[in-house]
Amino acid sequence: MEMLRVATAGSVDDGKSTLIGRLLYDTKSIFSDQLQAVERTSQQRGDEYTNLALLTDGLRAEREQGITIDVAYRYFATPRRKFIVADTPGHIQYTRNMVTGASTANAALILVDARKGLLEQSRRHAFLASLLRVPHLVLCVNKMDLVDYDEGVFDAIADEFRNFAAKLDVGDLAVIPVSALAGDNIVSRSANMPWYEGASLLHHLEELHIASDRNLIDARFPVQYVIRPFSSDHPDYRGYAGQVAGGILKPGDDVVVLPSGLPSRIAAIETMDGPVAEAFPPMSVTIRLEDDIDISRGDMICRPHNQPTVSQDLEAMVCWMGDEPMRPGGKYAIKHTTRPARTMVKDLRYRLDINTLHRDESAPTLALNEIGRLQLRVTAPLFTDPYRVNRTTGSFILVDESTNATVGAGMVL
Amino acid sequence: MTTAHYELTHLDALEAEAVHIFREVAAEFERPVLLFSGGKDSIVMLHLATKAFWPAKVPFPVMHVDTGHNFPEVMEYRDRRVAETGVKLLVASVQEAIDKGRVREQTGPRASRNPLQTVALLDGIEEHDFDAAFGGARRDEEKARAKERVFSFRDEFGQWDPKNQRPELWSLYNGRRHRGEHIRVFPLSNWTELDIWQYIEREGIELPSIYFSHERTVVERDGMLLWPNEHVPLLEGEQPFEATVRYRTVGDVTCTGAVESAASTVDDIIEEVAATRLTERGATRADDRASEAAMEDRKREGYF
Repeated sequence: MEMLRVATAGSVDDGKSTLIGRLLYDTKSIFSDQLQAVERTSQQRGDEYTNLALLTDGLRAEREQGITIDVAYRYFATPRRKFIVADTPGHIQYTRNMVTGASTANAALILVDARKGLLEQSRRHAFLASLLRVPHLVLCVNKMDLVDYDEGVFDAIADEFRNFAAKLDVGDLAVIPVSALAGDNIVSRSANMPWYEGASLLHHLEELHIASDRNLIDARFPVQYVIRPFSSDHPDYRGYAGQVAGGILKPGDDVVVLPSGLPSRIAAIETMDGPVAEAFPPMSVTIRLEDDIDISRGDMICRPHNQPTVSQDLEAMVCWMGDEPMRPGGKYAIKHTTRPARTMVKDLRYRLDINTLHRDESAPTLALNEIGRLQLRVTAPLFTDPYRVNRTTGSFILVDESTNATVGAGMVL
Repeated sequence: MTTAHYELTHLDALEAEAVHIFREVAAEFERPVLLFSGGKDSIVMLHLATKAFWPAKVPFPVMHVDTGHNFPEVMEYRDRRVAETGVKLLVASVQEAIDKGRVREQTGPRASRNPLQTVALLDGIEEHDFDAAFGGARRDEEKARAKERVFSFRDEFGQWDPKNQRPELWSLYNGRRHRGEHIRVFPLSNWTELDIWQYIEREGIELPSIYFSHERTVVERDGMLLWPNEHVPLLEGEQPFEATVRYRTVGDVTCTGAVESAASTVDDIIEEVAATRLTERGATRADDRASEAAMEDRKREGYF
């Protein structure tokens, strides 16, 4: 059974909570004590029907105010896949939460109300999913029961969305007509829409081809931890532990270690379960090399003729997540793979309006939830690939050194 | 383990993620500790930690927050497992906190030391100056936990501020903290109860015997089956009876209920869990029934 990570976005009105509730309910992932708690609360609040949104609103303030504050993670499984749903709120801190949820997602689920069609918000969702390089995008045209399951309504919305998505970098797009409330096309194909020939939402998510979402070509192994037992059983053992960030590594491969540039060869790839013939993302393994060279956390093992960019200068799209605006010329801590360093903001090239995609080159700074292109100077060289080539070696976070808050999410261009 | 298409099973992917988290903490923190109760989640954590650093030993101690109201089978298991692993065991004792006057014990027949664990835990963290504490909490357990980060920041009072959490992107964890603050780390965040059992089965991990079906004298109280003993005195009119039960969670004997079950092997339990309609905390934990926000309130104060 494989694991699939899905990010959903939208507001309460477009039926996102009902959709998630439906998926959880129909895959038997809601337990009766959870359902009873929700029913109790619904009654106390005087809701007319059992409000499935209460399943996802975990914090007291959220239930009191009827809003969702933070990214919530939900889990369900079918015999074919285990699903992790990052459920992000539509209104408060929207960009920050959606970017967080999308950063690890294989698929993004965007909902629109069939009666209202595409909203500015739908376009914003699609843009952020493409910026975060979520490989699969699914547009659910919801509440089809309220437009009499009309094919024309669906086609118009689907066409408009496809035209918009063509301007973005969207790898794989599916558009599905659904009614979350009535259960149409959620788990199984609906008899109410015989004109729709595609898969139900759940079936589509079960069948998504996700193996090629990862980069299996460019071998990248950021050294995370050096294992040295100093025990009588393993007096000279020296292993480089880490999670494969790209490509396929095999014993016998010629490698080079960055930043030193020293060459070696893979002697063995191991875990406690025994030797590994091939290591690929996202496996956590330990690599031993044939030569005794000085390697520490933050170094990177790669192939001699396929190396990442080694540079102290970065050009990156950055989503600002700090309550305080970015300080032009300011210094921040940066974490990239397993390599910490410090960085200075050299230039804000432009700020991007995520509704119009307009680039404002005169913008002085980035405030909370704003996105822009930055030029950064780093205190030590980083080993990067463009984010579109590798989401692991192309991403970084910025941290405020006084508050220790995570203030920026960066994607290398 | 893998197919020709370079796919990982969900258990392999979850294991790889957890191992990555253990190594991140060992690399970035000076004094981590693993919270070990002898419950299945902490047992899986210790197993994963062992794998993460093999063939070296786990480079941090484990700490048991001990209410003094334990299941003897679990204590026996704890001591044996610790000896096998060669890991150092520390005990943060609720009894000690009571003796020192740090906390006052609840009285009456329904008294529980469960809430007092927070004080013993925070005292233990402060005494040893731990800067990271691994916990076995999972996001599928409870709705406040669904919003918890993998690296969860705690201020100098050990408090959790759910509305002011650091965004967590990709697998880039922000472990920065000032002196006196610490990070709770949850390597099992993305695991479900079923994943845990499937993993226990796959890895052949041994568990305390009370997880499996056995005969026990129990009493029904507030819809739960409690084991009457010196810490759980019988109330007026309660009739103890023999039942075939097992425990789905392991905690303080005063608030941990058994479920009627004939599941005597891990395979039986996997079948039972896959078919169950109650969450494990809803079925067996009196501490979470106190109110809708019981877990959130305890977590804010510094609970696990």
